[in-house]
Amino acid sequence: MKEILEQVLQFLSQPWPWYVAGPLLALVMFILLYFGHEFGISENFRLMCAADGADKYNEFFKIDWKSGEWNLLVALGAVFGGYLASHYFIGNAGDIAHVSSSTVQSLNELGIPVKQGSVPLIPDFISWEALFNWQGWLIIAGGGFLVGFGARYAGGCTSGHAISGLSALQLPSLIAVVGFFMGGLFITYVVLPLIFPIIR
Amino acid sequence: MRMSRYILVGILLGFILYKSEAVSWFRIYEMFRFQSFHMYGIIGSAVVAGIVIVQLIKRKHIQNVKGQEITIKDKNKSIPRYLVGGFIFGLGWSLAGACPAPMFILLGSGYTVLFVYLAAAMTGTFIYGLLRKKLPH
Repeated sequence: MKEILEQVLQFLSQPWPWYVAGPLLALVMFILLYFGHEFGISENFRLMCAADGADKYNEFFKIDWKSGEWNLLVALGAVFGGYLASHYFIGNAGDIAHVSSSTVQSLNELGIPVKQGSVPLIPDFISWEALFNWQGWLIIAGGGFLVGFGARYAGGCTSGHAISGLSALQLPSLIAVVGFFMGGLFITYVVLPLIFPIIR
Repeated sequence: MRMSRYILVGILLGFILYKSEAVSWFRIYEMFRFQSFHMYGIIGSAVVAGIVIVQLIKRKHIQNVKGQEITIKDKNKSIPRYLVGGFIFGLGWSLAGACPAPMFILLGSGYTVLFVYLAAAMTGTFIYGLLRKKLPH
């Protein structure tokens, strides 16, 4: 029995290929639809604002945040899932991102010293220490601010538009995804070469 | 206790995005450099499977737990809202290398600096709420 459990643990600890992850994300969407809700993680930022008293300042936050309790619990579950996956389901190679060799080369050209086969999952410029540089603030706080602002302006994020919206063949979601990519390409090709390398 | 099922859904979501490395800044960078099929495979196969699911729901009139037919609201028609809002979201997504779900997952994985991201995202949402009436939608 113990051996079988260990095999299951090892099996789940391998990196999951895209053709496993994608359909499972669709399953998450279906489970939430079956429970009577629509998949959309960024709505939680609005719920958290409302729960913290933002309803006193603006009617956009005059919502019954308790009716969004289910969504806050999905986010809480994601926190638990991240804890479990990162503490008990790490494969033999360690906690690394299996990016392509051309990506490693591009990162090196930017001035991010990573080696093929040992690229960490999360870079060192996403850490508390990184906040000693303005680049760290731009990446972590600037990134978060733009995600929070943009997701509500566009009415959804990757889960609400790219997955739920496109699955329901919603043209607005396709426009939003085109917008996501325009923003992403601008940062990747124009802004990142300006902010790297980070000199300490 | 009925609410605990949502925590289980969240745990599943956490496993999917963590184990497929979609939570990785490097994977997002790789996607925007078009240097791997991986992220396109995840989003693409999710959408293909999602389209099949939504079409089955509509054609077979599948009911939810409450016994009502599952309906999916149409999104309001507009271009500037989705294009500009999406562009701003894309700036943040590619800078931080994480959209909202990975942010929650990484908080659980021990990257506590993402509390700064969370506070900033709530601030961004709040500022949007204040400016909403002045923005084109």
